[in-house]
Amino acid sequence: MPEAQTQIPVTVLTGYLGSGKTTLLNRILSEDHGKRYAVIVNEFGEIGIDNDLIVESDEEIYEMNNGCICCTVRGDLIRTVEGLMRRPGRFDAILVETTGLADPAPVAQTFFMDDDVRSKTKLDAVVALVDAKHLPLRLKDSKEAEDQIAFADVVVLNKTDLVSEEELRDVEAAVRAINPAAKIHKTERSGVPLAEVLDRGAFDLARAIDNDPHFLDAHDHDHDHVCGPDCDHDHHHHHDHDHHHHGEASPIHDVSVQSISLRGGEMDPKKFFPWLEKTTQMDGPNILRLKGIIALKDDPDRYVVQGVHMILEGDHQRAWKDGEAHESRLVFIGRDLDTERLKRTFEACQAA
Amino acid sequence: MPTVAPLDLDGHCVAVAWLNDIPHFALADGTVHRLDNGHKSVEAHDGLLAAAPALDGAALITGGEDGKIVAVSSSGNVETLAEIGRKWVSCVAAGPRGAVAFGSGRTAYVRLPDGTMKEFQHPRSVEGVAFAPKGMRIGVARYNGATLHFPAAEGKPAELEWAGAHMGITFSPDGNFLVTAMQENALHGWKLADGKHMRMSGYPAKVKSMSWSAKGRWLASSGAPAAIVWPFLTKDGPIGKAPQELGTRGDAMVTSVAFHTTDEILAVGYADGMVLAARVADAKEVLLRRPGKSAVTSMAWDGKGARLAFGTEAGDCGVIDIAG
Repeated sequence: MPEAQTQIPVTVLTGYLGSGKTTLLNRILSEDHGKRYAVIVNEFGEIGIDNDLIVESDEEIYEMNNGCICCTVRGDLIRTVEGLMRRPGRFDAILVETTGLADPAPVAQTFFMDDDVRSKTKLDAVVALVDAKHLPLRLKDSKEAEDQIAFADVVVLNKTDLVSEEELRDVEAAVRAINPAAKIHKTERSGVPLAEVLDRGAFDLARAIDNDPHFLDAHDHDHDHVCGPDCDHDHHHHHDHDHHHHGEASPIHDVSVQSISLRGGEMDPKKFFPWLEKTTQMDGPNILRLKGIIALKDDPDRYVVQGVHMILEGDHQRAWKDGEAHESRLVFIGRDLDTERLKRTFEACQAA
Repeated sequence: MPTVAPLDLDGHCVAVAWLNDIPHFALADGTVHRLDNGHKSVEAHDGLLAAAPALDGAALITGGEDGKIVAVSSSGNVETLAEIGRKWVSCVAAGPRGAVAFGSGRTAYVRLPDGTMKEFQHPRSVEGVAFAPKGMRIGVARYNGATLHFPAAEGKPAELEWAGAHMGITFSPDGNFLVTAMQENALHGWKLADGKHMRMSGYPAKVKSMSWSAKGRWLASSGAPAAIVWPFLTKDGPIGKAPQELGTRGDAMVTSVAFHTTDEILAVGYADGMVLAARVADAKEVLLRRPGKSAVTSMAWDGKGARLAFGTEAGDCGVIDIAG
């Protein structure tokens, strides 16, 4: 095959009706940020801008006949992205807007599982807009709101002017509990700097970490996993941890997504990779996202890894710096994950 | 020695076709180019997504990002056949007596020979349309199978079920078989008389191109480092039979296939732009074009089978004269 041409970055924008998606979309389409976007929307609806590069597409979930949810893709995106990519040069990047009820997994998986889409585009980031006022209600009545946050690389906590400081703190804690690895921006009227949502390279392993030096640092304190709000084990609150927000048990009790943060020392690659493979094969359907920085024994480079369900991508990132602790950190975000087993088996992969 | 007359165009070639013995090249930007005593072109759409030649070979039927279906004639005349508003027309097919079928979103449309429009709503997206060789009948590729409609008559459609997403669709020339190309690197076939299934799998990539030999004895397909050619010599088609592989290469995938107009000779186009011809009987190969700038997207033989037009992703198109 000829060398892959330049891959066009794709930003996925999720969020419930009323979360401020349209406002953000209109800003992306109208503000002068030096890039041209092709936008795939579910309905032309409220977008007040007429533009040839806005394409309407009906959400079309295609499961493969092997029944694997990890192979589920969005057929409409395959068709539309292929069509757009036949006329490159008209735009620099693609933005996919999903409906409030959309499952973000097939959207993300489309960019990994479909060879044609994958060869021409690359997923840049999943951005979730969250309405600070209504999030507690959304978490109560739907699984999608939770999934969208769990999947996000960037969460825009919007409409902060409509809630009290205390409510905002609780909502932020809920977001953090669902997804300790996402970057959170608190905004009013979708007023996030566009540079914080566009061209993030969140799926570009090396860049994701360079952009966010605190990647996976969210729990730099002495307990080794973030307790979701449904956590019922006897844990004590850590009020003395550093400034990074972390998911202390939030009062919003309608969350089924948990995140498990594992840390250990140097890993034995002969144990770690088979373990990761096996774990994602077995728990893949329950794993929404995973991200990690791994220290491998006798390897001068940091190894970074991330995944969506069973899809795994990993690569050497950069050399460990002098004095930097050779630590391995891995975060699983998902449902019905066996924390104890994951912790035990992860730790068993440490180099002797 | 075969000779290549190149036609360098600026853009992705969606389809090539011969109209009144003139090669036509439909580009994704909406222009249709032709070599008729020199290079000429017309604009059919703002963004062209699909094209198929009319059965009488007098016009190219195209569907666009502008929601239009147009007929481009070999004299460069552009006639709008239908408009459905601001929607992408993602697949088209040409049928008997000037009938046209096309799909957009979850609707399949048929424009009958008298100009009457028929619409068929589907619960899921219409990914591909094809006319049956006999009668006024269309097949629609959709999620979990295919649907057959009789647009000229009232009555219920016939549903053919098979789990998974079906993207492309073609009837065998004798009308006995329906074959779909799936999202999951496989073809699926139905013997229409009894609904018997045919699973044609094992492709390393999605099948984007299918072509029947002149008498319908073979179905060639892309999606592998060789053209995969399934036998339809018997009444059960390829059931229980292995396909032939033609033009096997270790370093490039087949992206386009086109059977010769009369003989069992297959033109095979590759991801690196190479084109060769291979004979089914003895797998003998002849190089027709060396690798070019990009993948071959479409090929078509002229009426006599003496010239082959080809189009590519980067627009380095051309016409190959087999005799030279």
